[in-house]
Amino acid sequence: MPKVTYIEPSGNQVTIDVPVGWSLMQAATSNGVEGIEAECGGSCACATCHCYIESHADQVPAAEQGERDMLQNAVAEIRANSRLSCQIKMSENLEGLVVRLPETQI
Amino acid sequence: MNLPIVIIGAGQAGLQAAEAIRTEGWQGDVILLGDEPHAPYHRPPLSKAYLSGESSAEQLTMRGPDALARKQITLRTGIRVERIDRAERTLHFSHGSSLPYHRLVLATGARTRQLAGADLQGVFALRTLDDATRIAQALEAADSIAVIGGGFIGLEFAAIARKKGKSVTVIEAADRLMARAVSAQISEIYARLHTERGVSLRLGSGVSGFVSANGAVSGVTLSDGSIISADLVVVGVGVIPNQELADAAGVICESGVIVDSSGRTSDPFIFACGDCTATRLADGRLRRLESVQNAIEQAKACAATIMGKERPFSAAPWFWSDQYDVKLQMVGTSADHDLSVIRGDVATYKCSIFYFRDTTLIGLDSLNRPQDHMAGRRLLDQQVFLTPEQAADEGVALAGLLPKQATS
Repeated sequence: MPKVTYIEPSGNQVTIDVPVGWSLMQAATSNGVEGIEAECGGSCACATCHCYIESHADQVPAAEQGERDMLQNAVAEIRANSRLSCQIKMSENLEGLVVRLPETQI
Repeated sequence: MNLPIVIIGAGQAGLQAAEAIRTEGWQGDVILLGDEPHAPYHRPPLSKAYLSGESSAEQLTMRGPDALARKQITLRTGIRVERIDRAERTLHFSHGSSLPYHRLVLATGARTRQLAGADLQGVFALRTLDDATRIAQALEAADSIAVIGGGFIGLEFAAIARKKGKSVTVIEAADRLMARAVSAQISEIYARLHTERGVSLRLGSGVSGFVSANGAVSGVTLSDGSIISADLVVVGVGVIPNQELADAAGVICESGVIVDSSGRTSDPFIFACGDCTATRLADGRLRRLESVQNAIEQAKACAATIMGKERPFSAAPWFWSDQYDVKLQMVGTSADHDLSVIRGDVATYKCSIFYFRDTTLIGLDSLNRPQDHMAGRRLLDQQVFLTPEQAADEGVALAGLLPKQATS
């Protein structure tokens, strides 16, 4: 199972196995990674699972319009590598992905 | 200070309350009691990604047992509280044991309203993960589906069933869809959407009973006597707050456990949040919100109050519903509006309708326009003045009307 490292707002790093097909949000929240609210449960309706993709930039599929629209409303600073973690599905080629979580989601 | 804070109900509100109590700095024990067999899970995707087959049950988990253990939250699933002894501040369980509490949080949720005869094979409610799993199994083999209730749950299910190629009839007692939650304009747009996608709508139709053969449903009888053939029926006619525990203990309840905006009930040691509550507003009216946002914000308010802080929930209510490829996002209210204006294109389901009362914006409903919705939340929460002309003009950036502020 591919591994993903999450960098929590405190700087703490957590590496977990993420089943292929799961979203980065689902794996993080069900394992209790700090720094994601995911109020809507992954419906792309709340912008509280904002993350920064710190590796594999060319491998992560691009955001669709709905995600881009919601993302602009994330509370923390929006950067070029900002994404909504509920919209990124795990795949084998993302093995070793590093995801940084922002200071705040709400 | 050795007694635990106990939370009854391990849904969205209960989990949020447990975690917020930790975040607020409570050092003692936190015990989360759930009557379902599962760890806390996301309920909204049940009628969306889960039933459509995009997500597995495991993917709906909000916090697994290990994650809860790390936060020192004790989760006990499959357990029902029989009685609250307020004088002794103790819970009693059906198997005879008891649990004293320092503070109690009621997050008991709501249950689906049932119709007489709904115990037939092939008739389902949709509230829990187990409900959705049973429906998903039955859906594969079903041919013709009747949905009783044209609210969010019923219509989301209808959309999924149509995507799977099933014949679908939606039966709604009111003369329009989602009448309790949206304006007549939105109802009309959704009637068109569902009709275009092949759903047969029976508005203004009561249900008088079910037709069955060998214990399995074969149809729904309408109040005009006509029969809708169906081998799978989903009943989505609203929910009833689970207030019996509180009520029996003498905690004041009406249409829900009555709380103030900080989550206090009539008992100073008992708090409540989520679908089981009704909030007494400053003007005396009661408000019942069945939503994720309400569950989360009330839970946080409860935790703050318990820890001696005051952080009442006051934000404009928001909801969303996914039907086909159209995302409906609502904020504020459309009730009692005296003016509405449209931004965008209704024909292609990409528009927002803004509602005004006495020249003040009171709410907006957005279809596939998340930017409008998110800006609308801030406009309402910050009470920013918006004219109907600005609302209707695509050239006016809504976010640009907000006062400039730091982002964190």
